[in-house]
Amino acid sequence: MARLNMVEAIDQCLLQEMQRDERVIVLGEDVGRDGGVFRVTEGLFERFGPQRVIDTPLAESGIVGMAIGMAIAGFRPVAEIQFSGFAYPAYDQLVCHAARMRNRSRGEFTVPLVVRTPYGGGIRALEHHSESMEAVFVHVPGLKVVVPADPYEAKGLLASAVRDPDPVIFFEPARVYRAIRTEVPEEPYTIPLGKARMVREGRDVTLIAWGAQVRIIREAAERLAAEGVAEAEVVDLRTLSPFDHETVIDSVKKTGRAVVVHEAPRTGGFGAEVSAQIMERAVLHLEAPVVRVTGFDTVPPLAKLEDYYQPDVEAVVEAVRESLRF
Amino acid sequence: MAPPGTAPEKPDRTPDSKEGGLGLDSASQDAGLDCERLLSLFRCMVRIRAFEEHAHKEFLKGEMPGFLHLYSGEEAIAAGVMDTLEDDDYIVTSHRGHGHLLARGSDPKRMFAELFGRVDGYCRGKGGSMHIADMSRGFLGANGIVGAAVNIGTGAAFAAKYRGEKRVSVSFFGDASTNRGTFHEALNLAAIWELPAVYVCENNFYGSANYQSDYMKLKDIADRAASYGFPGVVVDGNDVLAVRAAAVEAVTRARSGGGPTLIECKTWRHWGHFIGDMARYRDPAEHEAWLKRDPIPSFKAKLLAWGVASENELAQIEEAAEAEMDEAVAYGKASPFPPVSELTAGVYKEDRP
Ligand SMILES: Cc1ncc(C[n+]2csc(CCOP(=O)(O)OP(=O)(O)O)c2C)c(N)n1
Ligand SMILES: [Mg+2]
Repeated sequence: MARLNMVEAIDQCLLQEMQRDERVIVLGEDVGRDGGVFRVTEGLFERFGPQRVIDTPLAESGIVGMAIGMAIAGFRPVAEIQFSGFAYPAYDQLVCHAARMRNRSRGEFTVPLVVRTPYGGGIRALEHHSESMEAVFVHVPGLKVVVPADPYEAKGLLASAVRDPDPVIFFEPARVYRAIRTEVPEEPYTIPLGKARMVREGRDVTLIAWGAQVRIIREAAERLAAEGVAEAEVVDLRTLSPFDHETVIDSVKKTGRAVVVHEAPRTGGFGAEVSAQIMERAVLHLEAPVVRVTGFDTVPPLAKLEDYYQPDVEAVVEAVRESLRF
Repeated sequence: MAPPGTAPEKPDRTPDSKEGGLGLDSASQDAGLDCERLLSLFRCMVRIRAFEEHAHKEFLKGEMPGFLHLYSGEEAIAAGVMDTLEDDDYIVTSHRGHGHLLARGSDPKRMFAELFGRVDGYCRGKGGSMHIADMSRGFLGANGIVGAAVNIGTGAAFAAKYRGEKRVSVSFFGDASTNRGTFHEALNLAAIWELPAVYVCENNFYGSANYQSDYMKLKDIADRAASYGFPGVVVDGNDVLAVRAAAVEAVTRARSGGGPTLIECKTWRHWGHFIGDMARYRDPAEHEAWLKRDPIPSFKAKLLAWGVASENELAQIEEAAEAEMDEAVAYGKASPFPPVSELTAGVYKEDRP
């Protein structure tokens, strides 16, 4: 089986979805001839031509606004925003229109739209080029929010997103793009939205993350095991909205402890929602308060400060020790 | 109708050709400037070029985090416009803002410190190349969001007008940024309230990898001004005196209560969109033709022809700029990285004493 990085896996998924369904159209800034800033759409323009792989003007609200209309009118647009920090002009369109068309039209029409965007830090950029504001999208009823952790996951989750009848924001962790390779089947496959992934079984503590942090909690779990500190269970949420609380709650009921990790700012981050759900559904099983390991309530700074900003394995291990000490 | 995204028939776009030609009279009018003023325009451009070349070199060494968008080739615009401003005027710019800062008098030492992410930088090493602000010079900031300058600049113009001050607000932005809806909103606001705003579009014909004709039906972006009801002019952005003349007119209009102006400066960036972009999308013939219109040598030739300075005097200016930037790089690199406490400082007022 081919070992692909996340860029290749997403590219392959888009190609196959475009072959499978001629309603799928890719649009965005530099996605065509140039193949995209991160080269995720490379080869699509040559393969499908300018009608289906559209280089747009620099106009995020125009891109997403138009994609909404296209989706309502029967297409399956996959819009790219070059960096998630440029999604804010498009946020207006997503919140005001994409998210509520189904509800407003009583299901008469829907918005089968995907907005793909690289997100998160670790690429030595800053501010708009490095932030992870997934929570502000999760907070919008009607949007689905998906964050793949590795190439295999990316291909299967994106296929589901493209086929989904509702608008999906697909956050691609930029630092994972070329950092790892996994086996990725050539044939198309889907991974259902709204279902978390049990990455590693354990009994002492539940580690919860998504996107780039999955690798971090996994490494932390291995280190904790090697040092004989704890056997950690590792959960990759995969989709934040809808949130698979069952997998999380079942795990926490078993382990009695939970550590949630995200690089987004702490206040109002999705970790708060995970923590609240655990409180509501499993408080009597808890041996210790839920611990959050997060970014800071600040704008992602330039490297080297960024190195402090990012949660790392060390911080997760320490959080587990804290939970165990309680 | 051509399907969306279809490449148009390719005209000869080289700047002096009939088809793609700019239709600009590149012979600068004698602006009646004295020798000192002319030399200061030259010095300004040369310093910007030297800064950018140093930045380029350092970036390639891998010592500069973030993205680097160079202004090389566009120096005449910053130099020409800034020369017409008063000390208390406002300036806002884009991701390609080093030239504007230098032309405004900002310190290349602190700029390099910022580019290297060091604590002596203008943003204490947290903002990098794209976010330098310098309030001591009315410089409200470079910006990583394309097109941000026009809205912020419009607000500053409103403030000046409201307070009855004679200040002008100048926004710099690229061609591609004018396709954002925010551009329309800002220019219309400035129009209806006759704000003292000057909008300087630096049309280098590319929005990252896309050519102007791929994303806009207009040939002249200045035409957009008509839809707001104020003047729009096209100038040769590689001719510092032509830019200056247009700026004098626009700034005078703004300062005297005549409202905004859109100045479109046709120019060319010498490098890729950012350093790392090989710019393979560029037509080599067009690139070559534009390199021949480099604003610095052409102005130098004029200065020599007019007897403003000798070869030797101009060479001294160039050498001084080199030495100044060598020193600025060294200063930037010697500055320490910000302390960890800087990470969360400055988000709110109470974060810093
Ligand atoms: C809102 C937003 N969208 C996209 C980008 C990514 N981006 C940075 S510069 C650029 C092209 C800008 O072109 P133009 O306005 O012509 O300025 P130039 O780079 O040519 O000076 C793009 C697409 C961004 N920074 N901000
Ligand atoms: Mg441009």
